[in-house]
Amino acid sequence: MNDLAPDTSLPLAELIVCPQCDAAYHLKVPAHGERAICQRCGKVLIAPRRNAGLRIIAVSLAVVFLITGAAVFPFLTIDAAGNKNAVSVIDAALAFVGGPMILLSLTTAALIIVVPLARMLLTIYVLVPLVLDRPPARHAVKAFRLSEALRPWSMAEIFVIGCAIALVKVADLATVGFGPAFWMFGILVVLVIAQDNFMCKWSVWNALERPRRS
Amino acid sequence: MGIVACTRCTKAWPLGTQVCGRCGHALVSRDRMSLQRVWAFWVLGVICYVPANIYPMLKTQTLFQVDESTIIGGAVELATHGNLGIAAIILFASVVIPLGKFWAVAFLALSVQQPTGRGRHQRQVLYEIVEYIGRWSMIDIFVVAILSSLVQLNTLASIHPGTAAMFFALSVIFTMLAAQAFDSRMIWDVQAKTKPTGDRGSET
Repeated sequence: MNDLAPDTSLPLAELIVCPQCDAAYHLKVPAHGERAICQRCGKVLIAPRRNAGLRIIAVSLAVVFLITGAAVFPFLTIDAAGNKNAVSVIDAALAFVGGPMILLSLTTAALIIVVPLARMLLTIYVLVPLVLDRPPARHAVKAFRLSEALRPWSMAEIFVIGCAIALVKVADLATVGFGPAFWMFGILVVLVIAQDNFMCKWSVWNALERPRRS
Repeated sequence: MGIVACTRCTKAWPLGTQVCGRCGHALVSRDRMSLQRVWAFWVLGVICYVPANIYPMLKTQTLFQVDESTIIGGAVELATHGNLGIAAIILFASVVIPLGKFWAVAFLALSVQQPTGRGRHQRQVLYEIVEYIGRWSMIDIFVVAILSSLVQLNTLASIHPGTAAMFFALSVIFTMLAAQAFDSRMIWDVQAKTKPTGDRGSET
Protein backbone atom coordinates (compact mmCIF):
# COMPACT_ATOMS: atom_id res chain seq x y z
CA MET A 1 0.00 0.00 0.00
CA ASN A 2 1.05 3.57 -0.43
CA ASP A 3 2.16 5.65 2.48
CA LEU A 4 1.30 9.28 2.94
CA ALA A 5 4.33 11.27 1.89
CA PRO A 6 4.73 14.57 3.69
CA ASP A 7 8.36 14.61 2.52
CA THR A 8 8.27 16.97 -0.46
CA SER A 9 11.91 16.45 -1.38
CA LEU A 10 11.11 13.07 -2.95
CA PRO A 11 11.90 12.80 -6.63
CA LEU A 12 8.77 13.22 -8.73
CA ALA A 13 9.16 9.75 -10.23
CA GLU A 14 8.46 8.30 -6.80
CA LEU A 15 5.16 10.10 -6.44
CA ILE A 16 1.72 9.03 -7.50
CA VAL A 17 -1.10 11.54 -7.45
CA CYS A 18 -4.75 10.56 -7.23
CA PRO A 19 -6.40 11.71 -10.46
CA GLN A 20 -9.69 12.17 -8.69
CA CYS A 21 -8.84 14.23 -5.61
CA ASP A 22 -5.20 15.23 -6.19
CA ALA A 23 -3.78 13.69 -3.04
CA ALA A 24 -0.10 12.77 -3.50
CA TYR A 25 1.44 9.54 -2.27
CA HIS A 26 4.82 7.90 -2.15
CA LEU A 27 4.77 5.34 -4.95
CA LYS A 28 5.06 1.74 -3.84
CA VAL A 29 3.86 -0.84 -6.32
CA PRO A 30 1.55 -3.37 -4.65
CA ALA A 31 2.01 -7.11 -5.15
CA HIS A 32 -0.17 -9.10 -7.55
CA GLY A 33 -3.73 -9.25 -6.32
CA GLU A 34 -3.23 -6.30 -3.95
CA ARG A 35 -4.65 -2.88 -4.57
CA ALA A 36 -3.39 0.62 -3.84
CA ILE A 37 -6.32 2.82 -2.87
CA CYS A 38 -6.40 6.58 -2.32
CA GLN A 39 -6.89 7.11 1.40
CA ARG A 40 -8.81 10.32 0.92
CA CYS A 41 -11.37 9.56 -1.76
CA GLY A 42 -11.16 5.78 -2.10
CA LYS A 43 -10.15 5.68 -5.78
CA VAL A 44 -8.27 2.53 -6.81
CA LEU A 45 -4.89 3.76 -8.00
CA ILE A 46 -3.00 0.56 -8.84
CA ALA A 47 -4.40 -2.96 -9.02
CA PRO A 48 -1.99 -5.34 -10.73
CA ARG A 49 -3.09 -8.91 -11.46
CA ARG A 50 -0.93 -11.89 -12.34
CA ASN A 51 -0.85 -12.49 -16.11
CA ALA A 52 -3.33 -9.63 -16.53
CA GLY A 53 -1.89 -8.71 -19.92
CA LEU A 54 -2.32 -12.18 -21.39
CA ARG A 55 -5.82 -12.53 -20.02
CA ILE A 56 -6.87 -9.14 -21.35
CA ILE A 57 -5.52 -9.99 -24.80
CA ALA A 58 -7.38 -13.31 -24.79
CA VAL A 59 -10.63 -11.67 -23.70
CA SER A 60 -10.21 -8.87 -26.24
CA LEU A 61 -9.74 -11.33 -29.07
CA ALA A 62 -12.87 -13.19 -28.02
CA VAL A 63 -14.80 -9.93 -27.91
CA VAL A 64 -13.62 -8.94 -31.40
CA PHE A 65 -14.99 -12.20 -32.83
CA LEU A 66 -18.22 -11.90 -30.85
CA ILE A 67 -18.86 -8.33 -31.99
CA THR A 68 -18.26 -9.26 -35.61
CA GLY A 69 -20.63 -12.20 -35.32
CA ALA A 70 -23.20 -10.28 -33.30
CA ALA A 71 -23.26 -7.52 -35.89
CA VAL A 72 -24.04 -9.86 -38.78
CA PHE A 73 -26.42 -12.48 -37.35
CA PRO A 74 -30.00 -11.51 -36.43
CA PHE A 75 -30.55 -10.85 -32.74
CA LEU A 76 -34.34 -10.61 -32.74
CA THR A 77 -36.92 -12.29 -34.92
CA ILE A 78 -40.55 -11.30 -35.21
CA ASP A 79 -43.53 -13.24 -36.51
CA ALA A 80 -47.03 -11.83 -36.79
CA ALA A 81 -49.72 -13.44 -38.91
CA GLY A 82 -47.24 -14.83 -41.41
CA ASN A 83 -45.19 -11.65 -41.69
CA LYS A 84 -41.68 -12.49 -40.59
CA ASN A 85 -38.74 -10.23 -39.97
CA ALA A 86 -35.29 -10.83 -38.53
CA VAL A 87 -32.96 -7.97 -37.72
CA SER A 88 -29.27 -7.77 -37.08
CA VAL A 89 -27.50 -5.09 -35.10
CA ILE A 90 -26.57 -3.39 -38.34
CA ASP A 91 -30.25 -3.22 -39.30
CA ALA A 92 -31.09 -1.73 -35.92
CA ALA A 93 -28.35 0.85 -36.18
CA LEU A 94 -29.55 1.86 -39.62
CA ALA A 95 -33.18 2.17 -38.49
CA PHE A 96 -32.94 5.94 -38.50
CA VAL A 97 -31.83 6.26 -42.11
CA GLY A 98 -33.56 9.07 -43.94
CA GLY A 99 -33.33 12.81 -43.42
CA PRO A 100 -31.41 14.25 -40.47
CA MET A 101 -32.00 10.98 -38.63
CA ILE A 102 -29.01 9.55 -40.49
CA LEU A 103 -26.82 11.18 -37.83
CA LEU A 104 -28.63 9.17 -35.20
CA SER A 105 -28.04 6.03 -37.27
CA LEU A 106 -24.32 6.66 -37.41
CA THR A 107 -24.19 7.47 -33.69
CA THR A 108 -26.04 4.29 -32.80
CA ALA A 109 -23.81 2.16 -35.03
CA ALA A 110 -20.74 3.78 -33.50
CA LEU A 111 -21.87 3.27 -29.90
CA ILE A 112 -22.88 -0.37 -30.34
CA ILE A 113 -20.31 -1.74 -32.80
CA VAL A 114 -17.53 0.61 -33.84
CA VAL A 115 -16.47 1.95 -30.45
CA PRO A 116 -16.41 -1.40 -28.60
CA LEU A 117 -14.57 -2.98 -31.53
CA ALA A 118 -12.06 -0.13 -31.74
CA ARG A 119 -11.37 -0.31 -28.01
CA MET A 120 -10.61 -4.02 -28.19
CA LEU A 121 -8.34 -3.70 -31.22
CA LEU A 122 -6.46 -0.78 -29.61
CA THR A 123 -6.05 -2.76 -26.40
CA ILE A 124 -4.61 -5.73 -28.29
CA TYR A 125 -2.31 -3.43 -30.24
CA VAL A 126 -0.96 -1.83 -27.06
CA LEU A 127 -0.67 -4.93 -24.89
CA VAL A 128 0.77 -7.57 -27.23
CA PRO A 129 4.28 -6.04 -27.40
CA LEU A 130 4.25 -5.38 -23.64
CA VAL A 131 3.34 -8.97 -22.83
CA LEU A 132 6.04 -10.25 -25.18
CA ASP A 133 8.61 -8.00 -23.43
CA ARG A 134 9.21 -6.12 -26.67
CA PRO A 135 9.46 -2.35 -26.96
CA PRO A 136 5.99 -0.75 -27.21
CA ALA A 137 4.36 -0.62 -30.61
CA ARG A 138 4.56 2.59 -32.58
CA HIS A 139 2.07 5.20 -31.32
CA ALA A 140 1.16 2.83 -28.48
CA VAL A 141 0.74 5.81 -26.14
CA LYS A 142 -1.73 7.47 -28.51
CA ALA A 143 -3.56 4.19 -29.01
CA PHE A 144 -3.99 3.61 -25.29
CA ARG A 145 -5.11 7.21 -24.78
CA LEU A 146 -7.76 6.81 -27.46
CA SER A 147 -8.88 3.53 -25.98
CA GLU A 148 -9.32 5.14 -22.56
CA ALA A 149 -11.14 8.15 -24.03
CA LEU A 150 -13.58 5.83 -25.77
CA ARG A 151 -14.39 3.89 -22.61
CA PRO A 152 -17.62 5.73 -21.64
CA TRP A 153 -18.88 5.63 -25.24
CA SER A 154 -18.79 1.85 -25.53
CA MET A 155 -22.42 0.90 -24.99
CA ALA A 156 -22.81 -2.73 -26.05
CA GLU A 157 -24.11 -3.78 -22.64
CA ILE A 158 -26.80 -1.10 -22.69
CA PHE A 159 -27.93 -2.37 -26.07
CA VAL A 160 -28.52 -5.84 -24.62
CA ILE A 161 -30.91 -4.49 -21.99
CA GLY A 162 -32.54 -2.42 -24.75
CA CYS A 163 -33.20 -5.67 -26.65
CA ALA A 164 -35.00 -7.15 -23.67
CA ILE A 165 -37.19 -4.06 -23.29
CA ALA A 166 -38.02 -3.96 -27.02
CA LEU A 167 -38.96 -7.61 -26.79
CA VAL A 168 -41.53 -6.99 -24.07
CA LYS A 169 -42.84 -3.89 -25.84
CA VAL A 170 -43.87 -5.78 -28.97
CA ALA A 171 -44.71 -9.06 -27.25
CA ASP A 172 -48.46 -8.48 -27.48
CA LEU A 173 -48.21 -7.29 -31.08
CA ALA A 174 -46.36 -10.31 -32.45
CA THR A 175 -44.33 -13.37 -31.55
CA VAL A 176 -40.78 -12.30 -30.88
CA GLY A 177 -37.75 -14.49 -30.36
CA PHE A 178 -34.05 -14.09 -29.68
CA GLY A 179 -31.63 -14.78 -32.54
CA PRO A 180 -28.07 -16.11 -32.15
CA ALA A 181 -26.59 -12.62 -32.00
CA PHE A 182 -28.50 -11.83 -28.82
CA TRP A 183 -26.68 -14.58 -26.93
CA MET A 184 -23.37 -13.48 -28.43
CA PHE A 185 -24.04 -10.01 -27.12
CA GLY A 186 -24.89 -11.45 -23.73
CA ILE A 187 -21.52 -13.24 -23.48
CA LEU A 188 -19.79 -10.15 -24.81
CA VAL A 189 -21.12 -8.04 -21.95
CA VAL A 190 -19.72 -10.44 -19.36
CA LEU A 191 -16.34 -10.51 -21.13
CA VAL A 192 -16.12 -6.71 -21.32
CA ILE A 193 -16.77 -6.46 -17.58
CA ALA A 194 -14.11 -9.11 -16.91
CA GLN A 195 -11.65 -7.23 -19.08
CA ASP A 196 -12.26 -3.96 -17.23
CA ASN A 197 -11.61 -5.84 -14.02
CA PHE A 198 -8.19 -7.09 -15.14
CA MET A 199 -7.09 -3.81 -16.65
CA CYS A 200 -4.79 -1.72 -14.45
CA LYS A 201 -4.24 1.56 -16.26
CA TRP A 202 -1.30 2.59 -14.13
CA SER A 203 0.59 -0.63 -14.90
CA VAL A 204 0.08 -0.08 -18.63
CA TRP A 205 1.27 3.54 -18.51
CA ASN A 206 4.23 2.47 -16.43
CA ALA A 207 5.14 -0.32 -18.85
CA LEU A 208 4.78 2.02 -21.82
CA GLU A 209 7.13 4.51 -20.21
CA ARG A 210 9.89 2.24 -18.96
CA PRO A 211 11.61 1.20 -22.20
CA ARG A 212 11.92 4.82 -23.28
CA ARG A 213 14.03 5.71 -20.29
CA SER A 214 16.65 3.07 -20.93
CA MET B 1 4.06 21.22 -3.13
CA GLY B 2 4.75 22.84 -6.46
CA ILE B 3 3.78 19.86 -8.52
CA VAL B 4 1.08 19.29 -11.07
CA ALA B 5 -0.30 15.82 -11.62
CA CYS B 6 -1.55 14.07 -14.70
CA THR B 7 -5.20 13.14 -14.21
CA ARG B 8 -4.91 10.36 -16.76
CA CYS B 9 -1.83 8.39 -15.73
CA THR B 10 -1.26 9.75 -12.16
CA LYS B 11 2.31 10.88 -12.81
CA ALA B 12 3.59 13.98 -11.01
CA TRP B 13 5.43 16.79 -12.81
CA PRO B 14 7.02 20.10 -11.71
CA LEU B 15 4.47 22.93 -11.63
CA GLY B 16 4.31 24.64 -15.01
CA THR B 17 4.79 21.53 -17.10
CA GLN B 18 2.33 21.74 -19.99
CA VAL B 19 2.00 18.19 -21.25
CA CYS B 20 2.48 14.90 -19.45
CA GLY B 21 5.63 13.23 -20.75
CA ARG B 22 4.26 9.77 -20.12
CA CYS B 23 0.82 9.80 -21.68
CA GLY B 24 0.67 13.16 -23.46
CA HIS B 25 -2.32 14.47 -21.49
CA ALA B 26 -2.51 18.26 -21.06
CA LEU B 27 -1.56 19.20 -17.50
CA VAL B 28 -3.54 21.79 -15.58
CA SER B 29 -3.25 22.21 -11.83
CA ARG B 30 -6.88 23.32 -11.61
CA ASP B 31 -8.94 23.57 -14.74
CA ARG B 32 -10.52 27.01 -14.33
CA MET B 33 -12.44 26.59 -17.57
CA SER B 34 -13.86 23.33 -16.32
CA LEU B 35 -16.98 24.86 -14.77
CA GLN B 36 -17.73 26.95 -17.85
CA ARG B 37 -17.63 23.84 -20.00
CA VAL B 38 -19.76 21.96 -17.49
CA TRP B 39 -22.43 24.67 -17.57
CA ALA B 40 -22.31 25.02 -21.37
CA PHE B 41 -22.93 21.29 -21.90
CA TRP B 42 -25.45 21.26 -19.07
CA VAL B 43 -27.53 24.03 -20.69
CA LEU B 44 -27.37 22.28 -24.08
CA GLY B 45 -28.48 19.05 -22.44
CA VAL B 46 -31.46 20.71 -20.73
CA ILE B 47 -32.46 22.54 -23.94
CA CYS B 48 -32.43 19.28 -25.91
CA TYR B 49 -34.36 17.48 -23.20
CA VAL B 50 -37.42 19.74 -23.67
CA PRO B 51 -38.23 18.83 -27.32
CA ALA B 52 -37.31 15.23 -26.47
CA ASN B 53 -40.38 15.14 -24.27
CA ILE B 54 -42.70 17.23 -26.44
CA TYR B 55 -42.23 15.53 -29.79
CA PRO B 56 -43.23 11.90 -30.38
CA MET B 57 -40.57 9.27 -29.82
CA LEU B 58 -42.32 6.51 -31.77
CA LYS B 59 -44.81 6.47 -34.61
CA THR B 60 -46.71 3.19 -34.58
CA GLN B 61 -48.67 2.35 -37.72
CA THR B 62 -51.19 -0.46 -37.38
CA LEU B 63 -53.89 -1.53 -39.83
CA PHE B 64 -56.23 1.40 -39.40
CA GLN B 65 -54.54 3.93 -37.21
CA VAL B 66 -51.33 5.82 -36.64
CA ASP B 67 -50.21 6.28 -33.03
CA GLU B 68 -47.66 8.83 -32.00
CA SER B 69 -46.35 8.43 -28.50
CA THR B 70 -44.01 10.59 -26.49
CA ILE B 71 -41.61 9.13 -23.91
CA ILE B 72 -43.98 9.55 -21.00
CA GLY B 73 -47.03 8.71 -23.11
CA GLY B 74 -45.44 5.45 -24.20
CA ALA B 75 -44.62 4.47 -20.64
CA VAL B 76 -48.16 5.27 -19.49
CA GLU B 77 -49.55 3.17 -22.34
CA LEU B 78 -47.33 0.25 -21.33
CA ALA B 79 -48.51 0.59 -17.74
CA THR B 80 -52.18 0.50 -18.78
CA HIS B 81 -51.46 -2.67 -20.73
CA GLY B 82 -50.17 -4.25 -17.55
CA ASN B 83 -46.42 -4.04 -18.21
CA LEU B 84 -45.74 -2.12 -15.02
CA GLY B 85 -42.15 -3.33 -14.72
CA ILE B 86 -41.11 -2.24 -18.19
CA ALA B 87 -42.98 1.05 -17.83
CA ALA B 88 -41.05 1.65 -14.63
CA ILE B 89 -37.70 0.87 -16.32
CA ILE B 90 -38.47 3.25 -19.19
CA LEU B 91 -39.67 6.01 -16.88
CA PHE B 92 -36.60 5.49 -14.72
CA ALA B 93 -34.12 5.48 -17.63
CA SER B 94 -35.70 8.32 -19.64
CA VAL B 95 -37.13 10.64 -17.00
CA VAL B 96 -35.74 9.98 -13.53
CA ILE B 97 -32.09 9.45 -14.57
CA PRO B 98 -31.87 12.49 -16.93
CA LEU B 99 -33.59 14.80 -14.45
CA GLY B 100 -31.49 13.38 -11.63
CA LYS B 101 -28.35 13.96 -13.67
CA PHE B 102 -29.28 17.56 -14.43
CA TRP B 103 -29.83 18.14 -10.73
CA ALA B 104 -26.64 16.31 -9.68
CA VAL B 105 -24.33 18.08 -12.15
CA ALA B 106 -25.80 21.47 -11.25
CA PHE B 107 -25.48 20.68 -7.56
CA LEU B 108 -21.83 19.61 -7.92
CA ALA B 109 -20.93 22.65 -10.01
CA LEU B 110 -22.64 25.02 -7.56
CA SER B 111 -21.14 23.30 -4.55
CA VAL B 112 -17.57 23.91 -5.70
CA GLN B 113 -18.38 27.56 -6.49
CA GLN B 114 -19.52 28.20 -2.94
CA PRO B 115 -16.93 26.57 -0.73
CA THR B 116 -18.23 24.24 1.90
CA GLY B 117 -15.94 21.52 3.10
CA ARG B 118 -18.85 19.33 4.06
CA GLY B 119 -19.98 16.13 2.40
CA ARG B 120 -16.93 15.74 0.19
CA HIS B 121 -17.15 11.98 0.19
CA GLN B 122 -20.87 12.04 -0.56
CA ARG B 123 -20.27 14.48 -3.43
CA GLN B 124 -17.46 12.31 -4.80
CA VAL B 125 -19.79 9.32 -4.70
CA LEU B 126 -22.51 11.39 -6.36
CA TYR B 127 -20.07 12.34 -9.12
CA GLU B 128 -19.08 8.73 -9.67
CA ILE B 129 -22.73 7.69 -9.85
CA VAL B 130 -23.46 10.46 -12.40
CA GLU B 131 -20.49 9.41 -14.53
CA TYR B 132 -21.43 5.76 -14.39
CA ILE B 133 -25.18 5.95 -14.84
CA GLY B 134 -25.34 8.64 -17.53
CA ARG B 135 -24.68 6.22 -20.36
CA TRP B 136 -27.69 4.12 -19.40
CA SER B 137 -30.10 6.82 -20.56
CA MET B 138 -29.12 5.83 -24.07
CA ILE B 139 -31.24 2.70 -23.59
CA ASP B 140 -34.36 4.43 -24.87
CA ILE B 141 -32.66 5.35 -28.13
CA PHE B 142 -31.58 1.74 -28.60
CA VAL B 143 -35.13 0.51 -27.90
CA VAL B 144 -36.45 2.91 -30.56
CA ALA B 145 -33.79 1.74 -33.01
CA ILE B 146 -34.55 -1.93 -32.36
CA LEU B 147 -38.31 -1.45 -32.60
CA SER B 148 -38.22 0.57 -35.79
CA SER B 149 -36.01 -1.95 -37.55
CA LEU B 150 -37.79 -4.98 -36.16
CA VAL B 151 -41.43 -3.99 -36.55
CA GLN B 152 -41.63 -3.60 -40.31
CA LEU B 153 -44.48 -5.96 -41.12
CA ASN B 154 -45.74 -4.44 -44.35
CA THR B 155 -49.29 -3.16 -43.83
CA LEU B 156 -49.92 -5.00 -40.60
CA ALA B 157 -47.79 -2.88 -38.36
CA SER B 158 -44.73 -0.70 -38.61
CA ILE B 159 -42.87 1.53 -36.20
CA HIS B 160 -40.86 4.60 -37.12
CA PRO B 161 -38.64 6.78 -34.97
CA GLY B 162 -39.94 10.25 -34.09
CA THR B 163 -38.17 13.59 -33.86
CA ALA B 164 -37.77 13.23 -30.11
CA ALA B 165 -35.28 10.38 -30.55
CA MET B 166 -32.65 12.70 -31.98
CA PHE B 167 -33.13 15.35 -29.29
CA PHE B 168 -33.06 12.72 -26.58
CA ALA B 169 -29.80 11.26 -27.88
CA LEU B 170 -28.27 14.74 -28.05
CA SER B 171 -29.43 15.48 -24.52
CA VAL B 172 -27.81 12.30 -23.20
CA ILE B 173 -24.56 13.00 -25.05
CA PHE B 174 -24.37 16.61 -23.83
CA THR B 175 -25.04 15.57 -20.25
CA MET B 176 -22.30 12.94 -20.48
CA LEU B 177 -19.92 15.60 -21.78
CA ALA B 178 -20.94 17.92 -18.93
CA ALA B 179 -20.14 15.24 -16.38
CA GLN B 180 -16.80 14.51 -18.06
CA ALA B 181 -15.88 18.21 -18.11
CA PHE B 182 -16.26 18.43 -14.35
CA ASP B 183 -12.89 18.42 -12.58
CA SER B 184 -13.56 16.28 -9.52
CA ARG B 185 -10.40 17.59 -7.85
CA MET B 186 -12.34 20.80 -7.13
CA ILE B 187 -14.53 18.93 -4.66
CA TRP B 188 -11.42 18.33 -2.58
CA ASP B 189 -9.92 21.79 -3.08
CA VAL B 190 -12.64 23.35 -1.00
CA GLN B 191 -11.12 21.67 2.03
CA ALA B 192 -7.74 23.23 1.31
CA LYS B 193 -9.33 26.67 0.91
CA THR B 194 -11.12 26.53 4.25
CA LYS B 195 -7.89 25.55 5.97
CA PRO B 196 -5.57 28.52 5.29
CA THR B 197 -2.50 26.53 6.32
CA GLY B 198 -3.33 23.80 3.82
CA ASP B 199 -1.19 23.39 0.75
CA ARG B 200 -3.28 24.44 -2.25
CA GLY B 201 -1.21 23.11 -5.12
CA SER B 202 -1.51 19.55 -4.08
CA GLU B 203 -2.97 18.61 -0.78
CA THR B 204 -1.25 15.76 0.98
